[in-house]
Amino acid sequence: MLRAAVATASALFVLFIAVPLIALYAHLTPARFAATIATPAALDALRISLLTTAASLALTLLLGTPLAYALARGRFAGRAAVDALVDLPIVVPPAVAGLALLFVFGKMGLFGPALGALHVRIAFTTFAVVLAQTFVGAPFYVRAARAGFAAVDVTYEEASATLGMGPLRTFARITVPLALPALAGGAVLAWARALGEFGATIMFAGNLQGVTQTLPLAVYLGLESGDLDLAASLAVVLVTVALVVAFGARALERRAA
Amino acid sequence: MIELTARKALREFDLDVELRFAPGVTVLAGPSGAGKTTLLRIVAGLTPPDAGEVRLDGRALHRDGASVPAFRREVAYVFQDYALFPHLDVLDNAAYGLAARGVGRAARRATARAWLERLGIAPLADARPRELSGGERQRVALARALAWTPRAVLLDEPFAALDAETRAGVREELRTTLASLGVPVVLVTHDEADVRLFAAPVVRLERGRVVR
Repeated sequence: MLRAAVATASALFVLFIAVPLIALYAHLTPARFAATIATPAALDALRISLLTTAASLALTLLLGTPLAYALARGRFAGRAAVDALVDLPIVVPPAVAGLALLFVFGKMGLFGPALGALHVRIAFTTFAVVLAQTFVGAPFYVRAARAGFAAVDVTYEEASATLGMGPLRTFARITVPLALPALAGGAVLAWARALGEFGATIMFAGNLQGVTQTLPLAVYLGLESGDLDLAASLAVVLVTVALVVAFGARALERRAA
Repeated sequence: MIELTARKALREFDLDVELRFAPGVTVLAGPSGAGKTTLLRIVAGLTPPDAGEVRLDGRALHRDGASVPAFRREVAYVFQDYALFPHLDVLDNAAYGLAARGVGRAARRATARAWLERLGIAPLADARPRELSGGERQRVALARALAWTPRAVLLDEPFAALDAETRAGVREELRTTLASLGVPVVLVTHDEADVRLFAAPVVRLERGRVVR
């Protein structure tokens, strides 16, 4: 009785996840997919998504790696608060994140007048997409990297120091290689989250083809404008990437263990 | 010559010592928790003393609260569990201190290999630390510590990770290697058998103080 209930619940859940995804693929024939993916709107969205997610990944690694190390090793005032703050974007609704970014970088925002005086516009530019993606994606990297660094025995770093290696070179030669599976896993998660970013982007960067229109935004536009083939084709691209990430991450985990 | 005056508050008592270690081996003995490891870490620059002064061959390593960082001290340290770098093979572990000093790849590998040969572990050059026995690990740790000709060598319980049988063989070998270095060598142990068999000057530490 109980076993049957468990089996039914499990089957329902698996179907609930799998059927919609299969339906996406089923909407298209290969020929229609090929024709749609070659349209300017689709190519622009692919290009913007690749460009902005690469930039936000770079920004995430550059700023997130030192922070993750400080959180893992450092003893400083307010560490617990910083720790909690870093996780916050994971639970803040993306639309709220977009609005918050607008209140900082928008024309009426905190830095609006200063940016205006310098003739710098951030909101509704490609860079705004990068900022929105970094805001929502980076915490996934920082979390994983912090755990990865914390798991590296300090004695290895001390041994490296007594052998004459300075802190930066010790970090590059010892700490990073030993934490690499965690760093790579976190980077992939952050990148995938950035690729799927919708709410913060549309609030803070808008939906302008060739400038701020990423794949998820183009999917939305396709649905709105009745171009279901465009929506489905780009959705298939996103789901395929997600499948590769999900199964790739498991393969990596197995190899690390 | 290591000259050390140091005070450091530990959990239950203060470490408070004034010591000199001349070139050659000195055994630093005493029960577990007497402050032996802390003393070594102060000399190596891994733990700052609350007060005191550390000198090596006349050069101040710690004075008036200012410290030369560990990586500029040229003091080798063999950790109790050896802390071999798990992602590097034996040869790269042994060559690490030379890499830190900018020695070219071919030269540092040749020097490291010579040390592996001297310690009888040359066939293990390509192995990873996790593939080694305890005795082999200890030799790699020793090669790594000595290959770059440090000005002093500190060993924290170098036999603790070994079984009794391996211990007996390694002791004599380690004694010969260390005696030939010509620099101060401080070997920490809580094992009285080590103290007897090592035939070297002994400093005893109990509850943070030197006892005679």
